[in-house]
Amino acid sequence: MSRQSPVQEEKTVGKPRRRRFLNWLWGGLAALACGEIVWFAGSLLKSRRRREEKRLALKLIDAGMVQNYKPGQVIAITDGSFYLACLDDGSFMALSRTCTHLGCSVPWDEKQQKFVCPCHGSTFDRNGSVLTAPAPRPLDYFPVRIENGLIRVDISTPLRRGSFSVSQAARV
Amino acid sequence: MASEAPSNKSLFTGFFLHLHPRTIPGETLRVQLSFGLGGMAAILFATMLLTGVLQVVSYSSHSNSAYQSIQQMYDEGSIGGFIRNIHFWGGNLLVVVTFLHLLRVYLTGAIDQTRRFNWITGVFIFILVLSANFTGYLLPWDQLAYWAVTIFTNMISYIPVVGDWLGETLRGGTEVGSATLANFFAIHVAILPSLLLVLLILHFWLVRKAGGLVQAETARSSEAVRVAAVPNLIQREAAVGLGLLAVLFIFAAFFDAPLADQANPGQSPNPAKAAWYFMGLQELLLHLHPVTAICIVPAMIIIGLVLLPFWQKAALSPGRWCGGKRGMLLALWSFIGGFLGALLIVVIDDRLIRLSTAITNKSTWLTRGIMPLAATIFFLMLLFVLLRKRNHPGAEALMSLVVVLTAFILGLTAVGIWFRGPGMILILPL
Repeated sequence: MSRQSPVQEEKTVGKPRRRRFLNWLWGGLAALACGEIVWFAGSLLKSRRRREEKRLALKLIDAGMVQNYKPGQVIAITDGSFYLACLDDGSFMALSRTCTHLGCSVPWDEKQQKFVCPCHGSTFDRNGSVLTAPAPRPLDYFPVRIENGLIRVDISTPLRRGSFSVSQAARV
Repeated sequence: MASEAPSNKSLFTGFFLHLHPRTIPGETLRVQLSFGLGGMAAILFATMLLTGVLQVVSYSSHSNSAYQSIQQMYDEGSIGGFIRNIHFWGGNLLVVVTFLHLLRVYLTGAIDQTRRFNWITGVFIFILVLSANFTGYLLPWDQLAYWAVTIFTNMISYIPVVGDWLGETLRGGTEVGSATLANFFAIHVAILPSLLLVLLILHFWLVRKAGGLVQAETARSSEAVRVAAVPNLIQREAAVGLGLLAVLFIFAAFFDAPLADQANPGQSPNPAKAAWYFMGLQELLLHLHPVTAICIVPAMIIIGLVLLPFWQKAALSPGRWCGGKRGMLLALWSFIGGFLGALLIVVIDDRLIRLSTAITNKSTWLTRGIMPLAATIFFLMLLFVLLRKRNHPGAEALMSLVVVLTAFILGLTAVGIWFRGPGMILILPL
C-alpha cells in the first residue's frame, strides 16, 4: 500500500499536460478506429442491399387477360408470390401474400371467401382489409396496370396502407 | 521456481488451479448447493464449440444447398448426423441449464455486492445463449427454421423507431432468404462464440474474485474446513461433466435432431411457431399489443434482471435455498400460483378475444398494452405488501415476485408449446 501512495499523490496533483493530452489522443484514436469498423460494416451491408434492390427494380409480372377473370375471383400468381383479386366492381388488386402481423404466408380460403393466416388466425377479406385481429393493417398491395386488356403487376416494392381505398385497385 | 520448466503434473494442476483456487471451503462442495449447473453449462459450451467446428466442415451456408448438406450428414456411414444431434440437443439443453443456473444463483442469494457484476455478466451470457440457439435454428433451412425465423424477425419490426431497420438488416432484405442465411451463419459461428468466450472468461474470473461459490454466513464466520481443490473439486466436476456428456451422447445416438421439409417461402406450416424458448413471447403476442409484447415486456424483464442485485437487501441469505424453510415453501406456492395463473389467464383471455371479434386497432394499445401492464404491476405490489405484512423479510417477498413472474413466463411457454394447435387455437395435447 505504502508503495502506491506516490502514484496516488501524482493523480491528485494532476498529470503533466502533455501526458494527459497523449491519453486523450489515444482515446480519440480508439474511438476513431471503432467508428471506422462500424462504417465498414455498414457500407458492406448497404452494398448488399443495393444489389438486392437492383435485382428487384421494376419487376413486371403478367397476370393474364382481363376477360379471364370474373368479379369475386381470387387467383394465386405463384410467379410473383401475390394474389390477383378481381373485386365486385370488376377492378383488380394485387395483394401481397405476406401477413402484416408476423410475415406468415396467407392462403386464400375459397370456401370461407377470405384469407386466413395459419400462424395467428388473422383473416382478411377480398381487398385485403382486416376482418379479425391480430393483424394491425390490411395486406400490402402492388401497383397494377392494365395494358390492352393484359394485367401487369409491378412487384418491386409492396405498398403499405392504413385502409382500403378504391384508388388502390386498377380498372379497365 | 520461475527459471525451472514446470513438470507435466504441475502444468496440469497449475492450469486447473488457475481456474480454481488452491483450497476451497468444504461447505461449497455440497451438490445441493449448486447442482453443478454452472459446470454443466461450461461443459456444454465446450461441446458446442467442438461439434460446431466439426459441422462447419460439412455444412454449406447457401440457401440452395444448406438443406441437402444437412441431409447428407445422415447418409449411411456418415458420423455427421450424430455430431449434429449432439449439437442440437446439447444446445437446447444449454438453454435449460443456463436458465436453471441463473435461478439457482438468485435463489441461493448469490447476488450480494461482491457478485453483482457477475450476475449481470450471467444475464448477458443467457441472452447470448438464446441468440446462439436462435441463429443456429435457421441454418438447416427447413420449414420449421424458415418460419420460426420469419416470425421472429417480423416480431423485431414491432420495436418502435429502430425495429424496421433492425429487422431488415438482420434479414438482409424484406423476406427471409439467402442473405438472412449468410447473416445468421456469420453471427452463429463467429460473432456469438467470440462474445461468449470473452464473457465466460470474465464470468469465471469474477467467481474467483468473489471467493468461489456462495456459502452460508455461519460457515464463513467460523472459518469452516477448507479442502484442497485438487482432487476434491476436480473429481466432482469430472463426475458431473462426464456423466452429463454420457447422457447427452446416448440421447443423441437414439434421437435425431428434427428436420422438416425444405423451406418453402410460399407455404407456412399450420401452426407456425417460433423456437420453443420464444414460445412464451409468441403467446404474449397473441394477447397483448405488439409493441407491449415485443418491446416493453422483454425490456422490462432485462432491466429488472440487471437491476435486481441493486435493490436494497435483494439478496436472500446466502448459501441457503430461498433463504430458509419458510422461504422454500413460499417459493413453491409462488411457482404453482404463477404457473396456474398463466394457464388461467390465457384461457379466460382467449374467450374474451373470441367474444369481441371487432377489436378496434385504435384502443388496443390501451386495453391490451397499458392496462394489463398496470394490472400486473398493481398485483405484484399488492403481493409484496401482503407478504411483508405476514412478516416475510423483504428479500423473501421480492423472491416471491420473481418466482411468480418466472413461473408465469414458463406457463406461457408451456401453453405455446403444447396447447396451441392449428391456427394457434387452444387445444388439449394428445
